[in-house]
Amino acid sequence: MTEQPTTQAAPPLGRFGAYGGRYVPEALVAALEELDEHRTKAMADPAFLGELAELHRSYTGRPSIITPVRRFGDEHCGGAQVVLKREDLNHTGSHKINNVLGQALLTKRMGKTRVIAETGAGQHGVATATAAALMGLDCTVYMGRVDTERQALNVARMRLLGAEVVPVDHGSRTLKDAVNEAFRDWVANVEHTHYVLGTVTGPYPFPEMVRDFHRIIGVEARAQLLDEFGRLPDAVLACVGGGSNAMGIFHRFIDDAGVRLIGLEGGGDGPASGRHASRFSGEATPGVLHGAFTYVLQDDEGQTIESHSVSAGLDYPSVGPEHAYLRDSGRADYYPITDHEAMTAFEALSRTEGILPAIESAHALAGAMKIGRELGPDALLLVSLSGRGDKDVHTAAKWFGLLDERDSDV
Amino acid sequence: MTTELQRSGVSATLARAKGARRAALIGYLPVGYPDVDTSIEAMVTMVRAGVDVVEIGVPYTDPLMDGPIIQTAATGALAAGVRVRDVFRAAEAVAGAGASCEVMTYWNPVLRYGVDAFARDLASSGGSGLITPDLVPDEAADWIAASDAHGLDRVFLIAPSSTPERLVTTTAACRGFVYAASLMGVTGARSSVGSAAAELVRRAREVTDTPLCVGLGVSTGEQAHEVAGFADGVIVGSALVATLVQAPDNRAGLIALAAKATELAEGVRQ
Ligand SMILES: Cc1ncc(COP(=O)(O)O)c(C=O)c1O
Repeated sequence: MTEQPTTQAAPPLGRFGAYGGRYVPEALVAALEELDEHRTKAMADPAFLGELAELHRSYTGRPSIITPVRRFGDEHCGGAQVVLKREDLNHTGSHKINNVLGQALLTKRMGKTRVIAETGAGQHGVATATAAALMGLDCTVYMGRVDTERQALNVARMRLLGAEVVPVDHGSRTLKDAVNEAFRDWVANVEHTHYVLGTVTGPYPFPEMVRDFHRIIGVEARAQLLDEFGRLPDAVLACVGGGSNAMGIFHRFIDDAGVRLIGLEGGGDGPASGRHASRFSGEATPGVLHGAFTYVLQDDEGQTIESHSVSAGLDYPSVGPEHAYLRDSGRADYYPITDHEAMTAFEALSRTEGILPAIESAHALAGAMKIGRELGPDALLLVSLSGRGDKDVHTAAKWFGLLDERDSDV
Repeated sequence: MTTELQRSGVSATLARAKGARRAALIGYLPVGYPDVDTSIEAMVTMVRAGVDVVEIGVPYTDPLMDGPIIQTAATGALAAGVRVRDVFRAAEAVAGAGASCEVMTYWNPVLRYGVDAFARDLASSGGSGLITPDLVPDEAADWIAASDAHGLDRVFLIAPSSTPERLVTTTAACRGFVYAASLMGVTGARSSVGSAAAELVRRAREVTDTPLCVGLGVSTGEQAHEVAGFADGVIVGSALVATLVQAPDNRAGLIALAAKATELAEGVRQ
């Protein structure tokens, strides 16, 4: 008998165990109910699924390939066999497009004409601006001021695509504050605007809907591994910001009891430093942020603690509620990767394989370096390469001291 | 019936205003801005100027229902070191000044404090209950139990977008009053009160006898007067907070606050 998928065992509507729910202003409840109704219908509608599949084939470039990275495995992962799921090769350069195309199609089905989004690294904003251009929707993207500076290239990309980019100057001026601002916009404009939330958090139905749009990552990868390697991996590794690429690649493997699921968080300067984004270690405890009950970096007054990570996409004080559930139930494990470890992995993959990973994805690679050394040469590791490093060239070049003073002040 | 006996301070205040054939004035200020003592002095100042009910805000790092003015005050209060428990001191002071109060808070600080512990401490400090902008009744089982146990009001919000079914269930879950959001949007002054507020109150009256108080966007005596024409209470936040945020010093802030509160109090009494 096959096991029931863990998530189906979750009790009431929109809960993963105790986590999830819908902690939002009443003004948004009707829109969330409308969204839930449309996405439930759409996900059972062959016409919708066919349209999305065709977009993924002819626009996104799916299925994305898997790439065995032998030198990286031999030299950095204790000889383990490492296989990358190449979401970096998707149009716009990351996994984010999977979710965005789905939500953009839903936006049209709901008869709305405008989309808004929050973005950290800028990848979700770029994907949303792209889908908006493709489908003729107005688009506004909120981005923390700190992130507009460290991901300036993506700001320009969004503007070139016709989106309005609004820098957010409140709070920590990063992803969390961009989410706050997107919610404020949404409350005021919900009648004609859909909020394309970029990860598996937020109020129900976002965590489930976004996961379902990304589930294709694991579905493809599992079939590709069986086809090309004749077996399932020993572990699946992914970085976890809000947790969408991780939920996407994990979900199809949840029932495969022998496959370890490992999420890697932004460890910043290390768990003891107080400067990190590790929601599953240190100060984080269950609480409510941005509409969901989940693990939150918070102080003993329930105030959110600012996260820190070299990676803008992982620099977020909360995490998707399904990850909280997978963690508490023991089905998945989560480890922090420090900025330094992530940048070491970034360099290692670049030098051994000719692939520049996104700094977010480099956290998953750093996880593979640790787990590979632990499991040895017989291990097969599947790593979510959630995005490409083009957007991070400036940050990485600065980190490794590759810019001379004259170049660096551009 | 016990409901009469348990009637909260705010319910009694609303009933008295109704007896005087006027709407009540509910004034919001966050505790701790610019510092705890001054914020409490400001609340007492509002009461002396004619505010019937004080809505005491708990500053929170991520106030996603608030516009720039209240965000600025919340950030300032947190930077000045306000603690969640300061809200109980403020509630005692407001009660001491002869007014009633509700605490307005995002849900996470209450969750962290402990829902029952918060209810217990609020009840013993003389607060009437809670206004919860990001907690809908659907998620409020713990709070409904705690507010019943400690005899507290629970004020949920309704909005122009609320469906007919939700108007029924949400107003039925409220005690004390129902907070009717006058518009789709966050807190902040608006140049006019749109028609959505009156329409929402009309729809809600068909399904509930609980008093209906209207908030969001009211900033002048004239607007307060207009809203008082169809609501049981007029809730003003940003316009009052702005007097403190924009003042050159605390003294000037309190003077400007008294003037604004007086203007609004005249608005509901005209
Ligand atoms: C390439 C890449 N990977 C991962 C993430 C983190 O998001 P999530 O945890 O939702 O996959 C981001 C977010 O911006 C990203 O751009």
